[in-house]
Amino acid sequence: MVLVLAIGDLHIPHRAPDLPPKFKSMLVPGKIQHIICTGNLCVKEVHDYFKSLCPDLHVTRGEFDEDSRYPENKTLTIGQFKLGICHGHQVIPWGDLDSLAMLQRQLDVDILVTGHTHQFKAYKHEGGVVINPGSATGAYSSFTYDVNPSFVLMDIDGLRVVVYVYELIDGEVKVDKIDFKKTATTRSAQ
Amino acid sequence: MMLNGAEDEEKWLAEGIAGIQHNAFYMHRALDSNNLREALKYSAQMLSELRTSKLSPHKYYDLYMRAFDELRKLEIFFKDEGKHGVSVVDLYELVQHAGNILPRLYLLCTVGSVYIKSKEAPAKEVLKDLVEMCRGVQHPLRGLFLRSYLAQVSRDKLPDIGSEYEGDADTVMDAVEFVLQNFTEMNKLWVRMQHQGPGRLREKREKERNELRDLVGKNLHVLSQIEGVDLEMYKETVLPRVLEQVVNCKDDLSQYYLMDCIIQVFPDEYHLQTLETLLGACPQLQPTVDIKTVLSRLMDRLSNYAASSADVLPEFLQVEAFAKLSNAIGKVIEAQVDMPAVGAITLYVSLLTFTLRVHPDRLDYVDLVLGACVKKLSSIPKLDDSRATKQVVALLSAPLEKYNDIVTALTLSNYPRVMDHLDNGTNKVMAMVIIQSIMKNNTCISTVDKVEVLFELIKGLIKDTDGADVDELDEEDFKDEQNAVARLIHMLYNNEPEEMLKIICTVRKHTMAGGPKRLPFTVPSLVFSALRLIRQLQGQEGDIVGEEVPATPKKIFQLLNQIIEDLSNVPSPELALRLSLQCAEAANDCDLEHVAYEFFTQAFVLYEEEIADSKAQVTAIHLIIGTLQRMNVFGVENRDTLTHKATGYSARLLKKPDQCRAVYACSHLFWVDDQDGIKDGERVLLCLKRALRIANAAQQMANVARGSSGPVTLFVEILNKYLYFFEKGNQQITGAAIQGLIELINTEKQNDSATPDSASDAFLASTMRYIQFQRQKGGIMGR
Repeated sequence: MVLVLAIGDLHIPHRAPDLPPKFKSMLVPGKIQHIICTGNLCVKEVHDYFKSLCPDLHVTRGEFDEDSRYPENKTLTIGQFKLGICHGHQVIPWGDLDSLAMLQRQLDVDILVTGHTHQFKAYKHEGGVVINPGSATGAYSSFTYDVNPSFVLMDIDGLRVVVYVYELIDGEVKVDKIDFKKTATTRSAQ
Repeated sequence: MMLNGAEDEEKWLAEGIAGIQHNAFYMHRALDSNNLREALKYSAQMLSELRTSKLSPHKYYDLYMRAFDELRKLEIFFKDEGKHGVSVVDLYELVQHAGNILPRLYLLCTVGSVYIKSKEAPAKEVLKDLVEMCRGVQHPLRGLFLRSYLAQVSRDKLPDIGSEYEGDADTVMDAVEFVLQNFTEMNKLWVRMQHQGPGRLREKREKERNELRDLVGKNLHVLSQIEGVDLEMYKETVLPRVLEQVVNCKDDLSQYYLMDCIIQVFPDEYHLQTLETLLGACPQLQPTVDIKTVLSRLMDRLSNYAASSADVLPEFLQVEAFAKLSNAIGKVIEAQVDMPAVGAITLYVSLLTFTLRVHPDRLDYVDLVLGACVKKLSSIPKLDDSRATKQVVALLSAPLEKYNDIVTALTLSNYPRVMDHLDNGTNKVMAMVIIQSIMKNNTCISTVDKVEVLFELIKGLIKDTDGADVDELDEEDFKDEQNAVARLIHMLYNNEPEEMLKIICTVRKHTMAGGPKRLPFTVPSLVFSALRLIRQLQGQEGDIVGEEVPATPKKIFQLLNQIIEDLSNVPSPELALRLSLQCAEAANDCDLEHVAYEFFTQAFVLYEEEIADSKAQVTAIHLIIGTLQRMNVFGVENRDTLTHKATGYSARLLKKPDQCRAVYACSHLFWVDDQDGIKDGERVLLCLKRALRIANAAQQMANVARGSSGPVTLFVEILNKYLYFFEKGNQQITGAAIQGLIELINTEKQNDSATPDSASDAFLASTMRYIQFQRQKGGIMGR
């Protein structure tokens, strides 16, 4: 069991003062093995906070991030899964799942984690899974009027990944889960 | 010289101990053989060792304790009349024949103890006799220990109520009188020590006096333990008599110690009820006495007392404790003109703590204390003592911690005035404390007035204050401060749109004063605050409030325009561009075509004139394209103008791969998937073909530069776009075109003599799999 936190679009301090207290109390150091951050933290303070939760932190650049040295996208392997991260403002049309699928093909990953729209999504297509953890602070989004704070926790176990989405709705944390299984097809590029 | 002295003292002590042991040995023999005469003889000789003047208090105590232990055995012998055959009355007389006065009096006290126990005479009479007889020894050190001995042996024999030695009427008074007298005499001896010996050894004397102080203080402790001493007696007799001695002795060491002793030893309820008397003594003390510490400790005790139970609070009100204490403090500070700032402020901190504990609802009291502190601070030129500064910070932090609600602190009129007296660095620290308090408690500041007061408090962060040394500015600290202010802005909120707009304008006014350094931090928060308000107004359509022009989205967009303009002074074009695009989207949602167009124009101007870095340009143009793609408010003409500009700039990016990607991104500008959206298949294809040409050119350039063509990734990306539009039903994209593109890619791959690029290979492979999958699904991808 490997726990991967997928989180992003906090927009601290531009659009939100802080993570919701209920989320903060859930995120404790030592429980999570990897953190994948889609971007738009936006300041070093948030980076340091994530680092304190888990030293294996991967961040990609959002368009409001203070630190311009974050990469545009990143890939990593966790267990049997190849994961890709990209904030998503680079993929036009924004939030378009087919276009994101193209990026997924390009990065050649099983799971693509992306953000920008502040809407939670977990979408399975022929090439894999696209996950958008939403905005952890419920920050203002030009994309949608209805933003609940949310983040995702992935439990990677062999060829199976269970995606837990945590949403703060009317002051209560609601959890939902989705199962994905990877078919063990060998896809060696010739 | 000193070393010799110490060595000598050791020698004398050793001699004294030897003397005691020697005589004690013979005394024990006498006791064993019931020989009273011998016992008295040897005990007197033993006690003569205590007649020495050569020892320091510390060593004298050693000697004294040994004698004390021996006297206990003697007392047991005295008590047993059967053994020595002399009545206690006669014994009392007998021991007075001892040659020297000191042994005589020790023996007398020892017999006195037995005498009282025998009850052959009232305790009060024996005690009275003893306390007077002890006057015979006027040497300070010897006298103190002698009287201490008297206190020790009499301790359990006082004629207190309920004790077996209780006399008739006024019995407690007798006990009190005895202890008071012993106390008075002991204090006099103790004070006399100060004036013994040469001036240069004053420090040594004071040290020695300090070692002895508990001997004197013990008497007060005994007084507090006497059952019969109730509040009435304390008020009428005990306190006035003790204070009389304290004041009259005119010795600062004694005064300080005894005042503190009184406060620590007697119950807090007594202090409350005698507050006036106690405080009244303060101005009468020597000016060198550290009265502020005494007062602070008194207030701390009373604060704790108040905190211990809610029942005691009415008492505080009844005795007007606050008024009395603040008056007393005022008088002390006024009287002691040389008191350093830290002393006065510490007093105010204690008083404030007291007030917050005892009268938390009386904000006027709290403000009074702050006001008094301001007055004191105003009288000193500059606060440059770090301890004093610390105390001021403690003073300012106390209300924040108590009330957990910054809004309450904001109503204290003297609060900002105290802050004004801090140096710049500390002022900023305090401002951060305030902000953190707000963040921690999730406080919402909801009116313009409160926002004004708040910004007055944190003005050290908001702008450069006069005299601030800009070089000293630590960049990390500065960022932390500005980010804190940025976060704070989100806590300023009112549900009522008119008020909220006023708040936004107020914040803008203040943050403008911060200058170009600060604007990049504060402007975004302000912009999004305003955008949220616009959204709220959208939801409240149709509410026209009264005659006054209500806050409207249009008005707010005008304001936003100006706010983003402010960034041009920094300059911060990338940020300004992003914020302009956000506003454009919001205007789109409000159906304000003209406003949205203006924001786009602004974005393009920023792009053209101010964003020079190629990487920044790539991101910027994608943001423009992405935003434009989502616009549905534009009429054909406006849309065309903007689209034309976007594609133009895309094709002119610095690097060919970037050009290619931006151009095929533009293809989406001509195809919007919702039902009313534009679906211009031809122009989509034109874009894709243009992208293809650029990709080709890029390949050729790579060929020339490196002797082989670069990776085919760009082609595969374009292929994916062809597939995308094909599936969306763009008639202009044919299966043949797709097939042709696939063949092109394969050709390019073969021509590539360099090592194969696994990334682009994998991309192509997954694309082919995708095509396969779509075919199998049936539907559009027939071939």
